[in-house]
Amino acid sequence: MSGRRAYLNAHIVDPASSTDGPGGLLVEDGAILAMGGDVTTQTIGETPSEDCEGRIMAPGLIDGRVFVGEPGAEYRETLATAGEAAAAGGVTTFVMMPDTDPVIDDIALVDFIRRRAGATAKVRVKIAAALTKGLSGAEMTEIGLLAKAGAIAFTDGRRSIESALVFRRLLTYTRDFDALVMNHVEEPSLAANGVMNEGEFASRLGLAGVPTEAETIALERDLQLVALTGGRYHAALVSCQAAAERIARAKDQGHAATCGVSVNHLTLNEIDVGAYRTFCKMSPPLRAETDRMAMIEAVRTGAVDIIVSSHDPQDVEDKRHPFEEATYGAVGLETLLPALLRLVHAGDLTCLELIAALTLRPADLFGLPQGRLQPGAPADFVLFDPDEPWVLDRNDLRSRSKNTPFDEARFVGRVHKTVVAGQTVYDYRPTGTTS
Amino acid sequence: MTRPDPTPFSFRHRHLLGIEGLSRPDIEFLLDKAETAVGLSRQVEKKSSTLRGRTQINLFFEASTRTQSSFELAGKRLGADVMNMAVGASSVKKGETLLDTAITLNAMRPDIIVVRHHSAGAVELLANQVDCAVVNAGDGAHEHPTQALLDALTIRRAKGRVQRLTVAICGDIRHSRVARSNIILLNALDARVRVIAPSTLLPAGIDRFGVEVFNTMEEGLKDVDVVMMLRLQRERMGGVFVPSEREYFQVFGLDPERLAIARPDALVMHPGPMNRGVEIGSEVADGPQSVIRDQVEMGVAVRMAVLEALVGQSNGAPL
Repeated sequence: MSGRRAYLNAHIVDPASSTDGPGGLLVEDGAILAMGGDVTTQTIGETPSEDCEGRIMAPGLIDGRVFVGEPGAEYRETLATAGEAAAAGGVTTFVMMPDTDPVIDDIALVDFIRRRAGATAKVRVKIAAALTKGLSGAEMTEIGLLAKAGAIAFTDGRRSIESALVFRRLLTYTRDFDALVMNHVEEPSLAANGVMNEGEFASRLGLAGVPTEAETIALERDLQLVALTGGRYHAALVSCQAAAERIARAKDQGHAATCGVSVNHLTLNEIDVGAYRTFCKMSPPLRAETDRMAMIEAVRTGAVDIIVSSHDPQDVEDKRHPFEEATYGAVGLETLLPALLRLVHAGDLTCLELIAALTLRPADLFGLPQGRLQPGAPADFVLFDPDEPWVLDRNDLRSRSKNTPFDEARFVGRVHKTVVAGQTVYDYRPTGTTS
Repeated sequence: MTRPDPTPFSFRHRHLLGIEGLSRPDIEFLLDKAETAVGLSRQVEKKSSTLRGRTQINLFFEASTRTQSSFELAGKRLGADVMNMAVGASSVKKGETLLDTAITLNAMRPDIIVVRHHSAGAVELLANQVDCAVVNAGDGAHEHPTQALLDALTIRRAKGRVQRLTVAICGDIRHSRVARSNIILLNALDARVRVIAPSTLLPAGIDRFGVEVFNTMEEGLKDVDVVMMLRLQRERMGGVFVPSEREYFQVFGLDPERLAIARPDALVMHPGPMNRGVEIGSEVADGPQSVIRDQVEMGVAVRMAVLEALVGQSNGAPL
């Protein structure tokens, strides 16, 4: 393979250069050589090329929160199946959470995942290692060594660090390594038995609720400790207006505080739980419509930095229980972009704003060279038709678990091609190549 | 010459999962049918044959003496073969899922399954997996429709109507499926509903349920026609939701002085089993205004009406 290839006649959306218009992309040896209106049939000469037919080309999506079942729960998801799902969703890099069995709290595990992912996953897998040993919330892991081994962030995944003292020390210690600390913001005692958003709707269903204060109290504590220690902090998932406002204030005060929101909290609300739909059971719970609207606005203003899928494969058997007894979590890699395009079609976000929260901003947060269609950057990109209508059948999902809240949902917009380091890893509708 | 029934009405629901979703005519149809069942139950010969040959399974995941025996008696009086599943000793304890249990029972070809479960929504989940009619006998803190129907029947028989009566539901509204079903039903029949409870025992968003909310018995009981007491689980009294039984009775218990605040002819109701001296005093529970024993009798009648409405229509003479 000569390694040089051109993609012509695309509509380029690249937040790094604020590009939102026609153009092409020239790739060589897995990296981008040139991007823009200059890349045309006339300028590329003999280079093999592909016609993008006006579809949107964006940097490959970077998903900052993905749970994988390997090692320990391969029946839910392996690195290979997560990679397939990611590729089909236009995700070229995902950050894997440490909630595996064994937990990713040791450099040997980081090494194992890197080798496994390199051998079996179609997309780039980055690792968020555990903050505390065994996710126990007590003793810190070897943060320095883990970072050296390749962990790009530290988190206890689904768990909040309960002890303020432990969290303070973690923020203090990680600062010396400039390591990113991600925390699940939930005050455990307030959230205790809750299974959905607290309010009229939960009360009518007879379900115990989780108030938004369970999130804001935990977030407030974390942010005060960030102010005290100066650590780099990321609230993994926020879901309510008050939390977005609080993060915005911390940013104004100059603290290294960022946060993420899941696609579910941007596109669904508590009403979607309907008649006890367990695929809509997640933590934090789906909130009120006013919170959903506030989260979209927070993405637009930048108060919320990144959008994640929070892909959490759960065996359908563990979901076929009464709501209170069913497991939390929803898969999301494959539906990430189609679901979010609803916001673009509804006029809530521009395509550029949406793509920024899925590419450039997470790349900057995690210190990755991807997330931009710039010369020298890795040739990771997605090609999608923003207007193609389709209906999701969950049995078609590549993920090993089918627990999607979007089953039978109507989407407008579909991923057509995903390229990682210049190699096509997903092709929905193979297009003709001319040379 | 016989005139055709002026209001032909049929109950068009496959299951009874809650009061939510029932129309006012549905509710009145069931109450009217239950009136007839009261007559049958008061005869020496108490048996009809409307459900002869039908199989009824009572599947109770939560222990309940009175509701289960009430459903059992209702089924037997209609001539059904009634089987009680003792869940404590069954495979559910061995880790079989609710749905596996449903599929297994379904294969036994029952005509009706009566289910009580400790989780909200569990009965609906089961109903979606079986071919027969399902009656919710209580699911978590969600609904307990036959209790609300029997309460309405009791009120209607004692007062002649439900419409425009003021009903106060007192106690642990937060965890009560009885309260939820009653609030929906009483609103559907145009009663005025009040809830009286300490704020820790009220669910979030209660103000949007179509009720007036009170935090003292003194204010809430003024001019009410019906006082409906709820049972307070003992495990919720040890300082978690309220500090002690003693304090609860003194502040929220129903005693003769408090009852005197209500209308002189106010009814006293309780779904049972009662904690005497915790939410209700014995003088009131056994006093002249109490219709607590009538509620038990109406329970059988209402359950007969529900069973017949769901599975007894296609053959046999109606009640």
